[in-house]
Amino acid sequence: MADQPETPPIDELLKGLWRENPVFIHVLGCCPTLAVSNTARNALAMGLATLFVLVGSNAVISSIRKFVPQQVRMASYILVIATFVTIVDYAIQAISLDLYRALGAFIALIVVNCIILGRAEAFASKNTVARSALDGVGMGLGFCLALLCLGVVREVLGYGTLFGVSLFGERYQGWVVMILPSGGFLTFAAWILFANWLRKRGASS
Amino acid sequence: MNGVAAGLPARSETWPMYRSMVGIGLLCGLLLVGAFQITKPIIERNQAEALARAIFQVLPEAASSKTFALGDDGRFTILEGQPVGQTIVYGGYDATGRLVGVAVEAAGMGYQDTIRLLYGYSAENDAIAGIQVLDSKETPGLGDKIQFDPEFLANFARLDVTLAEDGSRLAHDIVSVRHGQKTEAWQIDAITGATVSSNAIANILNKSATRFVPAIRAHLDDFRETE
Repeated sequence: MADQPETPPIDELLKGLWRENPVFIHVLGCCPTLAVSNTARNALAMGLATLFVLVGSNAVISSIRKFVPQQVRMASYILVIATFVTIVDYAIQAISLDLYRALGAFIALIVVNCIILGRAEAFASKNTVARSALDGVGMGLGFCLALLCLGVVREVLGYGTLFGVSLFGERYQGWVVMILPSGGFLTFAAWILFANWLRKRGASS
Repeated sequence: MNGVAAGLPARSETWPMYRSMVGIGLLCGLLLVGAFQITKPIIERNQAEALARAIFQVLPEAASSKTFALGDDGRFTILEGQPVGQTIVYGGYDATGRLVGVAVEAAGMGYQDTIRLLYGYSAENDAIAGIQVLDSKETPGLGDKIQFDPEFLANFARLDVTLAEDGSRLAHDIVSVRHGQKTEAWQIDAITGATVSSNAIANILNKSATRFVPAIRAHLDDFRETE
């Protein structure tokens, strides 16, 4: 069933973590990356929600890839993705209202996260269900990781806490800019710089 | 496939499109209905719990609460079932069933979006006994301090809302003053760097208290009779 040259299945999982990391390498999905990474908790929740949608939509899209005509494939993908996003939306409301309020409109906006449609079009529509699901897990974890990288830095500097636990005691004066959108851009730029430096170093050695 | 078929797709070409779109749509619809049905009771329970927590937060002495609807005649009656468009307030009672206060929901414009909050009115003290922000999108790190800054929230432990002599309005408007300049019991000490959000809270409270405190005060028995 392999429509592409055979690679070990575990590779589909691992590539999303670093080599093809959706945020740091592909620079996709920047909108939620910047907006919902002001605390580590929000970042983790957003990452997990996206992970779930990515795995679900990749698996379903892969399983229907032979039945869906070319002309309507995008519409079908969006339908499937929107369904999973709405399920996640309900699930988060059921799990925690506080979390739901913190994530706000960004849960619904997972529908237009280009990582998800990107993986559907570039990978799930050409590969087996198992491989697509693995790809979804890998890319989802990569997205999660990237959001956490930003979230941890911004929360520690901005609030002086990590996952709500105070690190520096009461006297720490929060670095407010890090919690605001501009802090997202600063942190994002710093991480991209770091990622590119790592990649360059890996390529030259 | 050429000529006529390219310009005007044959039935055999469009059929798979309809089939797949309708099929996927139906399946997705079923999945959504399922997810909605499963989560609906949980979400409603969460919302009710969040409201109950907020009521006990703004009326610290309360042990139980009852929901009241404000009628056209200005009287409060116990509400059975779900509210449909009425104005709702919550009576809070201590363990012995004594009325300790009334919790009222209020909303108004903040810095970025509507702020919704719940405040507790204690008739015994002629004061607001506490507030809890239910919903706000104030700037993180600055305006959102209205939700949890202990110094700011201390303003509302006993914020004076004594009525004027004729009982129709507040004796003093609730106002916010610059940080550290609070001198009167009806003033709110604003948060430095969050003046707009602090003012918004004062305005919301003032507007709502001007309407509800006289109404509640005039019909306190409505809340007591149900004990």
